[in-house]
Amino acid sequence: MTAGPASDLRLPKDRPEQRFPDKNPLLSDGEAHLEAARCLYCRDAPCIRACPTAIDIPEFIRKIGTGNLAGSARTILNANLLGASCARVCPVEVLCEGSCVYVPWGRAPVMIGRLQRYAMEKGGKGAKAVSLLKKAPPSGKSVGLVGGGPASLACAGKLALLGHSATIYEKDTWPGGLNSVGVAPYKFRMEDAAEEVRLIQELGVEIRTGVEVGVTIPPAEILAKHDAVFLGIGLGGDSRLGVPGEEGPGVMGATEWIRRMKTGIGFHLASVTSAIVIGGGNTSVDVARELRGLGVKRVTLLARRPADALRAYAHEVDQARGEGVMIWGGVVVERIVRAGERVVGVRFASAAIAPVPRAIEADLVVIATGQARLVRLAASFPGVACDQRGRIVADRKTGATGNPKVFAGGDARNGGKEVVHAAAEGQAAAIAIDRMLRNPPGNGHG
Amino acid sequence: MADLSIRWAGIQSPNPFWLASGPPTNSGEQVMRAFDCGWGGAVWKTLGNPIVNVSSRLGAIDYGTRRVMGLNNVELITDRPLADNLREIREVKRRFPDRALIVSLMFESRAEWADIIRRCEDTGCDGLELNFGCPHGMCERGMGSAVGQEPKVLEELVRWVMDVAKIPVIAKLTPNISDIREPAMAAKKGGANAVSLINTIQSLMGVDLDRFVPLPSVGTSSSHGGYCGPAVKPIALRMVAELARDREFALPVCGIGGIESWRDAAEFMALGAGSLQVCTAVMHHGYRMIEDLVEGLDEYLNTKGIARVEELVGRAVPAYREWGDLDLNHHVIAVIHEEKCIGCHLCVTACHDGAHQCVHPPKIAPTNGKVSVPWVEVDECVGCNLCALVCPVDGCIEMVEQRRAPEVETWNDRVRKGTDHVPGGLDDLKRAEDL
Repeated sequence: MTAGPASDLRLPKDRPEQRFPDKNPLLSDGEAHLEAARCLYCRDAPCIRACPTAIDIPEFIRKIGTGNLAGSARTILNANLLGASCARVCPVEVLCEGSCVYVPWGRAPVMIGRLQRYAMEKGGKGAKAVSLLKKAPPSGKSVGLVGGGPASLACAGKLALLGHSATIYEKDTWPGGLNSVGVAPYKFRMEDAAEEVRLIQELGVEIRTGVEVGVTIPPAEILAKHDAVFLGIGLGGDSRLGVPGEEGPGVMGATEWIRRMKTGIGFHLASVTSAIVIGGGNTSVDVARELRGLGVKRVTLLARRPADALRAYAHEVDQARGEGVMIWGGVVVERIVRAGERVVGVRFASAAIAPVPRAIEADLVVIATGQARLVRLAASFPGVACDQRGRIVADRKTGATGNPKVFAGGDARNGGKEVVHAAAEGQAAAIAIDRMLRNPPGNGHG
Repeated sequence: MADLSIRWAGIQSPNPFWLASGPPTNSGEQVMRAFDCGWGGAVWKTLGNPIVNVSSRLGAIDYGTRRVMGLNNVELITDRPLADNLREIREVKRRFPDRALIVSLMFESRAEWADIIRRCEDTGCDGLELNFGCPHGMCERGMGSAVGQEPKVLEELVRWVMDVAKIPVIAKLTPNISDIREPAMAAKKGGANAVSLINTIQSLMGVDLDRFVPLPSVGTSSSHGGYCGPAVKPIALRMVAELARDREFALPVCGIGGIESWRDAAEFMALGAGSLQVCTAVMHHGYRMIEDLVEGLDEYLNTKGIARVEELVGRAVPAYREWGDLDLNHHVIAVIHEEKCIGCHLCVTACHDGAHQCVHPPKIAPTNGKVSVPWVEVDECVGCNLCALVCPVDGCIEMVEQRRAPEVETWNDRVRKGTDHVPGGLDDLKRAEDL
C-alpha cells in the first residue's frame, strides 16, 4: 500500500452500512426552529457541563432560532472540531440531553444532538466550516500524530488552528479511525466521516495513510522529525475468549466484523440465519442490532453479567430488544461447537435460575469482549509507560506523558470511551503541546 | 349556564362575540358558516365604492414556537360589487334573524353616506359601523383613519350619518392618535350611539434583507399596513379602559384587538367592553374557535357565580387608576419554591443584569445531582416581578406581599400633605455643594 494524502482515497462502493436508514434524520427547517425555541437558554447550563468538550449549547441553539446558522456552527466548532460526528454518535441520552433541565421537570429534553447536526449541516458542512475558524500565523513548529482517529484529528486540527504544522500517520487505508470504520451505520457512515476528515485537512493538516508507525516507520524517526508527538493510537485487535473451537472460520472479533460491514471488504452474511454476539458492552449491542438490521433472523446476545445489568447503555439495550435481539445474561461460554470446519453453535454454562438452554445453534459468532492494548507501540516511545490495564499513563488534563515531547489522548489513554472524550482529550493535548512549543522546558520561563 | 346574551347599544345578540369587519366577513357564504358555528354577530367587510387590491397583502410576526403573534395587512375594503354585498346581507339576516348583523361603511360625500345608509337599512341589518380606523391605503384618499385622526371631521361625518340613520351607529376608532378620548368625544358629539376600538396600528413587519424591501412586499416595494393579532391586545385593552372609565364619555364600547381566547374576552369585558369583535384569530384558527370562546366564558362566569355576562362588563374599570393613586406601602418580594426549581438560573441572569441584583446562585454548588436553587436577598428585592416573569416553571417564583406599613398612602396623598420631597435630587446636590 502506498502512503499518500487521504483526500485522494475513494470509499468502497456498495457498502453494507448503506442499507441502514438514518436513525435520526436531519431536522427540517421548521422542526429545527420549533425545537430551538424550546431551549430555555439556561445560565450556567447543565448541558454544557455534561459535554466533555463544553460546547456552549444554549448559544448555538439560540443562533439556530435566529437563523444565524454559520454562527451556530462556529460556536460548536470553537469548542469541538468534531462537532459534526459528535452530533451523530454521542450518547446524548447520558450526556447533554440527559442533563437538560426539562428532564427532572418530567418533560422531553431539547433534542440537542439533532439540533447540533442541523447547525453543522446547514451552517458549516465539511470543508466549508474552515472559513468559520480563526487561524494563528505559522509558528514553524511541527507535530507528528500517530493514529488517525478522532483524538488525533481533533488534536491535529486544533494544532493547525494554533499555527503549527501537523502530520497524521494512519496505518489504515482510510483516515478517521473508528469514526470511519467503527461507528453504528444508522448513526454515521464512512462518507460522513470522510467529510469531517476533509475539514481537518482543509485546516492544513497532512494525513498520511497506509503508514504504520513501528512497522513502516520507526518511532525514533517520528520523534526526530517533529517537535512534538501525539499518540492517538486507540486500541488493538479484538480480545479472544480462549475457549475451544474459537479459531477458524465463522468466528470473528467485533471491531473486525464492524469494519467489514462498514467497508464491505471481506463481508459475507448471505448464509447466516442465526448469529451469536458474545459481550455485554456497547459494541456488542451495536453488532447485535446491526446483524438484525441486515436481516439475520435470530440474533442472541450472550453476556456474563445479568441481562438487566449490562455495561451497555440501558437505552440502547432497550432499543436492541425492540428490534428483536434476544439477550441472555449470566452465561459463561464454554466452547464454540463446530461440525468439521463449520460453526454450528455455542455451548455455555448458565448462572441463571430460569430454564435457559445450554447451547444455541449459530452460523456466526462475534466476540465483543473488548480490545487488546497497544502497549508495545506505546512503550516504543522512550519515557512513555502504560498502567496495569494497558492504558498510556498521561495527565488527565493535558495528555502529557513521561516524555516531555510526547502527549497522548483518546482510547489509548482512557481505555475506550466515546468519540467526544477523544475529541476533548485531543484538543486539550493540542493546547498543552502549543504551550510547550512556545515555551519549551528549560528556557527559563517554565 | 350563564346568560351570554347581550343588548348593547340597542343591538341584540345571543353572545358577545362578533366577527370584526375583515376577510372573514367578506361574503354571505362565510358569514353564514360562521353563524352556523355559533358566532353571535358579524360586522360585514367595509362597503364602499369599488377598489382594487395589491398582492401580497399580509405579513406576520412569529415568536418562538408561536406563529402569527402579530399580523399586518395592506388589504383595502370590499372588492366585491355593492349589489352582491347588499343582496347577501339581506339573505344572511333573513336566515339568521337572531344574530347581530352590522355593516361597516366607508364613503366620501354626504350624499353617498345618505344613499348607502338607506340601502343598508333596507336589508334589515341591525347596525352600522363607520370605518374611521383603516390606517393604510384608504387614509391616503381622505377616508378611514384620515377621518379618525381629525376629531372635527369625524364629528361632522358622524353628524351626516346620524341625520339619516334609523338604526344604531357605531364609530370605529383608530389607535394611531395620541389621546383616544379626543376622537371618541368627537363621535359622541356627532351623535354616535357607540364606539368600537381598536382598528389596526400602522406598521412595517420587517425587511427582506436580501432584496432590501420592507415586508409584506408588493414586488419590489412595500407600504405600511395595519397591525393586529395577539400582540396588540395590551394596547387595545388600555384604550378600551381609557374610554370606559371616562365619566364624561359614557357611551357603549365594543372591544377589538388581539382577542383569541375566552380569557382575552373576559378581560376586555371586565375593562368595559360590552361587546367584542374578533378577526385575526379567526383568520388563523377558523370560525370553529367560537366553541371554546363561548364555552370558556360560560365556565368562567359559572365559577365566579355571575349569572349574566353583562354583569361582567366594567368590573375591573374602578381599579384602573392613575400612577399617583397607587399604594406606595404595598410591597412584594420574590420567594423561590425550592421543590419546583429546575435550576435554569434564568432568574439570576435577569435579576443581575436587568433588575436589582438580589437573586443569586447558591454559595455552595449542590452535589450528587441535586438542583442548584438560587436564593433571594430579601432586603434588596424591590418586588419588580422580573424573576417570576422569566421563570419557565409555573408557580416556582411567587411574589409575596410584605407591606411597608398597614395604611394606604399614594403619591397624590403625599403631594396633598406636602411630604412629596424625595432626597437625592438637584436641590440636595446644590445644598451639599454650598456647604
